[in-house]
Amino acid sequence: MTRKTPFYQAHIGAAARMVDFGGWDLPINYGSQIDEHHTVRKAAGMFDVSHMTVVEIQGEDARAFLSKLLANDIAKLQEPGKALYSCMLNPEGGIIDDLITYFISEAHFRMVVNAATHDKDMAWLEKQAGGYEVTVSERKDLAMLAVQGPEARQKTANILNAGGAKSALALNIFQAAQIGDLFIARTGYTGEDGFEIMLPAEAAIELWNKLLAEEVKPCGLGARDTLRLEAGMNLYGQDMDETTSPFVSGTVALKDEREFIGRAALISQKEAGFKQKLVGLVLEGRGILRPHQNLLNEAGDIIGETTSGSFSPTLEKAIAMARLNRDVDGRCFVWSISVGANYLCAW
Amino acid sequence: MNDVPGDMFYTESHEWVKMDDEIATIGISDHAQGQLGDVVFVELPEVGDAFTAGDPCAVVESVKAASDIYAPISGEVVEVNELLENAPETINDDAYGEGWLFRIKADDPSEVDGLMSAESYVEVNSED
Repeated sequence: MTRKTPFYQAHIGAAARMVDFGGWDLPINYGSQIDEHHTVRKAAGMFDVSHMTVVEIQGEDARAFLSKLLANDIAKLQEPGKALYSCMLNPEGGIIDDLITYFISEAHFRMVVNAATHDKDMAWLEKQAGGYEVTVSERKDLAMLAVQGPEARQKTANILNAGGAKSALALNIFQAAQIGDLFIARTGYTGEDGFEIMLPAEAAIELWNKLLAEEVKPCGLGARDTLRLEAGMNLYGQDMDETTSPFVSGTVALKDEREFIGRAALISQKEAGFKQKLVGLVLEGRGILRPHQNLLNEAGDIIGETTSGSFSPTLEKAIAMARLNRDVDGRCFVWSISVGANYLCAW
Repeated sequence: MNDVPGDMFYTESHEWVKMDDEIATIGISDHAQGQLGDVVFVELPEVGDAFTAGDPCAVVESVKAASDIYAPISGEVVEVNELLENAPETINDDAYGEGWLFRIKADDPSEVDGLMSAESYVEVNSED
């Protein structure tokens, strides 16, 4: 049995093609994912991201707990509403998940983690919270909608009252505010400006319909993936996981003196040096890049592997993210199944 | 699955075949294009290539997946749809018409009798 989000009926109403995405019934597209992609680049689209896990971290040790838990420094969040992107690591320095944390008050931070990693994330949070004066609680009562694109903020503001619109439009990048029923954050996963909005599940359909009336177009997981890939954003489970160094995926800085989980392993990694780097590739020939294709040098030796690969609707070329040996510079080759020849990639 | 043309034959791997004497036009079904999603690249055979029924002979790549196309019947390729090189999305827009893939001269036109009718094809795929 797949789980349905509060927007389920809206998807059916919009003739979505639904898929099982990690146990959730979610739209892959509403006709053409390429059209949806272009809409987000040029106007405004909305994505149901209610499958993602919202967790409240509350209690007097909330900041101390997050300082230990996260690879990036929660001390950077000093103004209520500000958000931080970070990984949480295991003691070996592997990435358990990547997430965003919002500072609401000293005794209250809100975290959004991935859906596919829900069970292990919750278990890890519960385990690490032991010894701290904090409670970790999941907000299953919330829906989440990402409104993305150059027109996304204005179209969202149009459905708010005058005061709400003013507050929403005043948000800086990576800043959030509670505006009436809506927790509105100026964050996203498309490379475009826009908002991610958390709200009570029972208010979800009303928000959706108001945005539809503003001509915000429903967009599915297909477009979400090509948009984030064009923007060079990591997808957990594909571009990085517990076996990947956060240095290789470029998700950690290690610039502060804080004792966080995984720090010792990262210091060792830095001293030993790491062999790989994450790069973006563009295919110069015809064909499509897919995840887990071997990358070759001119001599035909394997020098890396694609982690994500797809078609870029903006460039009208195949693109990928890949882990390559650090000493490689310039170009590499890929064997294309469909074309049956070596095709050149460059970055 | 309401719009499957009755004047074509279908395979389990979702190709359609339309016969005009001994010339067979081949494409993929509307159901198949929907499952694949936006088609972004099509690799077609060359005119003159000969295939036996069941041979992989073309590739349709969508944003989501690459899918082999199998020759529904045996014969020699006499024409390919050049339009698809620059407009592969034609397959999404008009799978049974402008989005045809290639034409073959059938070795034995009666081979299509072994394929599915529109009715059978709808029935086999109605669970999706």
